[in-house]
Amino acid sequence: MNAPDPAQADGLRFSFPGLVAGFRACLPVALGVAVYGVLFGLLARQKGLSLAEAQAMSLLVFAGASQLIALDLWGPNLAVASLILTTFIVNLRHVLMGAALSPWLTRLAPGQAFGSLFFMTDESWALTLGRMAEDTRQRREPDGAFLLGAGLAVYVFWNLSTALGHTLVRGLDDPARYGLDFAFTAVFTALLVGLRPRRGDILPLLAATATALLCARLLPGKWYILAGAAAGGLAAAFGPTPVAGPAGKRP
Amino acid sequence: MSPLATSLLTICGMALVTYLTRAAGLAVMSRLSVTGRLERFMKAIPAAILASIIAPTALAAGPAEAAATLATAAVAWKTGNLPLAMGAGVAVVLALRLALG
Repeated sequence: MNAPDPAQADGLRFSFPGLVAGFRACLPVALGVAVYGVLFGLLARQKGLSLAEAQAMSLLVFAGASQLIALDLWGPNLAVASLILTTFIVNLRHVLMGAALSPWLTRLAPGQAFGSLFFMTDESWALTLGRMAEDTRQRREPDGAFLLGAGLAVYVFWNLSTALGHTLVRGLDDPARYGLDFAFTAVFTALLVGLRPRRGDILPLLAATATALLCARLLPGKWYILAGAAAGGLAAAFGPTPVAGPAGKRP
Repeated sequence: MSPLATSLLTICGMALVTYLTRAAGLAVMSRLSVTGRLERFMKAIPAAILASIIAPTALAAGPAEAAATLATAAVAWKTGNLPLAMGAGVAVVLALRLALG
């Protein structure tokens, strides 16, 4: 890892302590992710994937929802193109997530930024976003390695739990029996609260919520996230402009 | 092609398109100057994504999930402690699911 080195005038620190901070902050969430990693490993074996295949998918694709959906489509005669296309569509929301982090990522060296993005998941993205908002409030210089650290925590647990589910676990209760399915909603709720939405954010939030509710009902997979996000963004762009002075850097 | 080769090809294809989605946002944004409407659009995206992820579970899954979402938000607002808020949400959803059958 690089030592703190703001070489460019507006370069962002990318330090080992920053990486550790991200890793630690993400640990509770990564444990929740591991429950689904075990589930993925188990289902992958039932679907006939070898350990190597399941592990390769977790190591290389590293995207929970799309991996579980891929298992649904897995069979003796693989529909290669439709599997890849489905994966692409399920993960399209990452485009907006990466864009939302770009104010910080553009201040890193390209290798640091595009390397960190390989490990970006819904969870590590949201944690990083919360951290950056907090840094801005406290006028603290953010550390660009936080995203990588948080992503690595999820990566390690996702891959260990994939192996565990494939090799050892013979049966798994429905995570919902222990309320664990709700852990993710809880994390994202807490992070939304942590963004401290203001009066001017109400209209975009309502637009996003209504659109997501409607699309979750009408469309398959994760389209509702993309549709809700776009609706929120459009409401902000074309709705009434906030009257309060300079909005500051609250990305 | 052997079944193993096909499956590895599929996995590599999935990996490639997934990384494309992860990298595309930064690749596009670093080539744009973000002002005006686009700036307002982008600033609203994070909260809008979080609200969209939450909405179906919080508002359309049932009373237990709705109440647990409120409890999570309240704890997060009061304490700013993420693990605590997560634990509170899971505990409330579990208790209410048992209570409401």
